[in-house]
Amino acid sequence: MSTKASRSAARMMISPAVLLLLGWMLIPLCMTVYFSFLRYNLLQPGTTPFAGWENYYWFVTDPSFKAAITNTLAMVGGILCVTTIGGIGFALLLDKPMFATGLIRIMVIAPFFVMPTVSALVWKNMFMNPVNGIFGNLATSLGFQPIDFFGQYPLASIIFIVSWMWLPFATLILLTALQSLDQEQLEAAEMDGAGWGSRFWFIMLPHLARAITVVILIQTIFLLSIFAEILVTTNGGPGTATTNLTYLIYVSSLLQFDVGMGSAGGVIAIILANIVAIFLMRMIGKNLDA
Amino acid sequence: MARAISTKAKVTNTAIAGTLGFLMFIPILWILILAFKTEEDAIRAPLEILFGSGWTTDSFGTVQARSDYFKHFSNSVIISVGSTFLGLLIAIPAAWSMAFVPSKHTKNVLMWMLSTKMLPPVGVLVPIYLVFRDFNLLDTRLGLTIVLMLINLPIIIWMLYTYFKEIPGEILEAARMDGASLRDEVIYVLTPMAIPGMASTVLLNIILAWNEAFWTINLTAANAAPLTAFIASYSSPEGLFYAKLSAASIMAIAPILIMGWFSLKQLVRGLTFGAVK
Repeated sequence: MSTKASRSAARMMISPAVLLLLGWMLIPLCMTVYFSFLRYNLLQPGTTPFAGWENYYWFVTDPSFKAAITNTLAMVGGILCVTTIGGIGFALLLDKPMFATGLIRIMVIAPFFVMPTVSALVWKNMFMNPVNGIFGNLATSLGFQPIDFFGQYPLASIIFIVSWMWLPFATLILLTALQSLDQEQLEAAEMDGAGWGSRFWFIMLPHLARAITVVILIQTIFLLSIFAEILVTTNGGPGTATTNLTYLIYVSSLLQFDVGMGSAGGVIAIILANIVAIFLMRMIGKNLDA
Repeated sequence: MARAISTKAKVTNTAIAGTLGFLMFIPILWILILAFKTEEDAIRAPLEILFGSGWTTDSFGTVQARSDYFKHFSNSVIISVGSTFLGLLIAIPAAWSMAFVPSKHTKNVLMWMLSTKMLPPVGVLVPIYLVFRDFNLLDTRLGLTIVLMLINLPIIIWMLYTYFKEIPGEILEAARMDGASLRDEVIYVLTPMAIPGMASTVLLNIILAWNEAFWTINLTAANAAPLTAFIASYSSPEGLFYAKLSAASIMAIAPILIMGWFSLKQLVRGLTFGAVK
């Protein structure tokens, strides 16, 4: 099928996409790396002397960096736990025969389509607000002291909100994977006397392993960049209690106008994301051969 | 399934799944209710709101009057639809050539395109912000359309590629045997077969672009702000006006909820780059 002419035509057709993506990736990346070695603050225009590793040194030794790394790991880890375990549960449940399947699935999946700023604000104000929120109301009417979620448990509150948004994603993918499981295999195991526990552990879970890995990796890529949810709920506070790496870089570059420092942080974020990306790419690449 | 399922088991499953599903859905249902209440009613106790208050559509009018809601709504439409179709224009030829004239580099090119998606946005925030400032693209719909097109381009190419891959090459060869030119081939054979795949690609990308909240917030101010950035401005103190916040929110998510429900089946393929089907 591929003659010489069609091959050169193919190259012509693919080149706009390749050039655009190459430009989109390389130009800003080189600029970030370049800026990270300059003493460059937008509030002091004109002078951008070479700074060596200074920006990296100050960024990494700043106490808020340590907090940001801890918070990023806690957020990613916490949300992954909730969504993966919850997603497996929901997928197993939704896979069972029931009435009104369509309606129930839609209700479970719906949060995924809600934009981050809306879900964060709705949870913060209508549910978690200690005075007017539903949780506060519920606590008061049961005779408990209402909890000020964002004051007392800011990190857990954000983990909760973001988990609500990503649980449908995990459920949807795990459900799709579960539906490709051979039912006869399960029935054969049942006839041989395998209980639900061993059927889940030895048949369903191995079948889901691949999908679970994909869910974890893709979510990690997105969760490393949580931003809007923090911006509209806590602004990274109280103190640095909910500042993740993304938010810390946003603060130093766009609020403190320190281009050099923000860029150094950016380079660190890129390295961290790449560690995850390598594993994800390997998974997807394997599937491409099949 | 060879076995019959008892109705009793089905009812139990429905009850458990229905309850949990309803719990997941409550926040959306709740803002749908609050959007039709007055501000005074919206902060009362939940039971009073449900059973002891009237309904009104005033909040929708107030949101529009106070902050020109439809400007932001149309920004969202222009940016998400614009970036998707711009992306499609670039992605179709690329995906077509990789699916039908594969070379030994195709796999590597695909993987490399995907890898650009792994770049954390915050890593390139500073340079993009400065470039936008220097080219006067800050707070413009054009600038945002370009950025969203670029961040979603790998997904568009990947989705189209997996759909095109499913079209058997023999059909194209048969058409060519019958004397069809490349142009005929694309218009009369390929396009009709590719339309369902393209439709779901478009749908998913509009959803992703509509909900994108990092670049939209950081690169816009009053003029080009789409709904994500507009809603973010409700964080304080306007967020305490529950009825208005609800009305603005429900209008912002309704179009996407509806589109999302239609594309539920294709979603998985697009979101996992074909790794789970």
